[in-house]
Amino acid sequence: MRNVAIIGTGHTKFGVRTDVNLQELAWEAVKQALEEANLEQNEIQYFVVGNVGNWSSEELPAVIVGEYCNLTPKGTMRVEAACSTGSAAIRDAYLAIKSGEVDIALVVGVEQMHQAPNPQVVELIGRAGGYFWEFENFGLTFPGYYALHASAYMAKYGMKEEDLGKIAIKNHYYGARNPYAQFQKEITMEEYLKSKPVAYPLKLLDSSPITDGAAAIVLASEEVARKITDSPVWIVSQGVASGTANLSRRTDFTHIEAAQIAAQQAYKKAGIEFDNAWKNFDVADVHDCFTIAEIMAYEDLGFAKRGEGYLLAREEQTYIGGKIPVNVDGGLKAKGHPIGATGVSMAVSIARQLLYRAHKGTQVEVRNGMGITHNVGGTGHYAYVTIYSTRRPSK
Amino acid sequence: MSLNEIRDKMQKEISQSLTILDNVIKTTKLPIVNEQKTNNPLWIDVREIDLRYQVPVKKIIKFFEGLREGKVLATKCPKCGSVYFPPQDDCPKCKISNLDWIEMPKEGEIVAYTIINVKPPSFSHYQDYVVGIARMSNGVNVLSWVRAKEVKVGMKVRLEVVERKPEGYLTYELVPMG
Repeated sequence: MRNVAIIGTGHTKFGVRTDVNLQELAWEAVKQALEEANLEQNEIQYFVVGNVGNWSSEELPAVIVGEYCNLTPKGTMRVEAACSTGSAAIRDAYLAIKSGEVDIALVVGVEQMHQAPNPQVVELIGRAGGYFWEFENFGLTFPGYYALHASAYMAKYGMKEEDLGKIAIKNHYYGARNPYAQFQKEITMEEYLKSKPVAYPLKLLDSSPITDGAAAIVLASEEVARKITDSPVWIVSQGVASGTANLSRRTDFTHIEAAQIAAQQAYKKAGIEFDNAWKNFDVADVHDCFTIAEIMAYEDLGFAKRGEGYLLAREEQTYIGGKIPVNVDGGLKAKGHPIGATGVSMAVSIARQLLYRAHKGTQVEVRNGMGITHNVGGTGHYAYVTIYSTRRPSK
Repeated sequence: MSLNEIRDKMQKEISQSLTILDNVIKTTKLPIVNEQKTNNPLWIDVREIDLRYQVPVKKIIKFFEGLREGKVLATKCPKCGSVYFPPQDDCPKCKISNLDWIEMPKEGEIVAYTIINVKPPSFSHYQDYVVGIARMSNGVNVLSWVRAKEVKVGMKVRLEVVERKPEGYLTYELVPMG
């Protein structure tokens, strides 16, 4: 199997993007990624489009994006893995190259959630689980999914509301320094505590927003990457797992089992010990669709012991200069969460961090040359953990 | 509010927005409006989908018959003993069908809960509702509404068949005990 590297990245401004349509938004990211890789469209042998859709009008987004970006007639597909759609799209292109099927592939994650009115988006996301038993009858919303975990976690480990607030404050702090972020404004604990309840115990400032945005990466085989760039960012390994559609069928509500399984897989392939895994990484992007998700991510990735993730937040160990900087691009909370683009956006953030190309005030110190993304679809319905490095993987 | 009144209210809102759209088309000959905040021009879809799915329930019709008798039923694989709730008539572990139907125990304990404040439009006619997951005495979880204002993890609850108002169909809820 061959090594695969990122050789180009693209990222749009996230937020309410009513100035462009879906394909125009995708093009902004694709154009940037092609320019960075110094490639023309005819050199892209395969492209994957990550898009969840429903809220946007085009039914076949991969085709629409392919046509607009002049990628037709190359092979394509639309990928869906809920909020981890972007990582799933990366997986498809990564495997296509790894297996030797193609040498250069483009991944674009794009989502335009504002094409539908907000109440309908709430409706559609709420349906994204075990629809019949949990939405049809009981109207569980997406914040509600994570709120179930938050209430269970608080009861078991004694985490306080303020500990969740610490996550929101950190991610807004970095969002304020990221020109691509939807929210470029810091928040205070007072504002956090006063924010509107959404699904107890989660409030508006625990929640990632409804977002439009796109991100793209160009992937290449080792042989091709070497010819094109002096600074490839290698995909070292990826773990992938799934969870039940019905939340009620989970045995534990204080962590995301699929994410832990995905992390263990990725670590095993990369030769990383689960305990103290954080020592290997300079930076992490984890799935903070809600603040509780970031706390659970710390534990599911082995950055903190079970039940101690909130202490990492309380002690501010996930700021730059701490034990392990997490979501220093603002995270989903402040950068925004255009569902199909999020996983690709994480890859772009990590690649640019490792190459010292992050925005001022968000750049970490790169010692190991290694970063990690943790991208959860639904509430652990899907999970993808991907490890990136500036050093060529040995296996 | 009755179901028809709710529907009328929603339809009225839709009609109002369609009237606005009609006027825009009449005056400008295009269904384009400018977004308030940014002034960006938006094409407002002139086609709409009014969609209700039809979900087949033949294989688990006994569950719904059970509700009529005041019982919440689960299925149990006669071979491996797995209990399925929500019920399903196939055991994918043993690859057999026609599982046994058993009644779910009535007693359980809340393991997770939330209060839904921001509701989907299709639930907007309800007051804020509590969704909880209870671990029942047989170790199987049930997710449903909890009929209580104050809920805590560890709270003892009873599983009951109830009529969902205002729609009037049978479903189940968790009710605090004692």
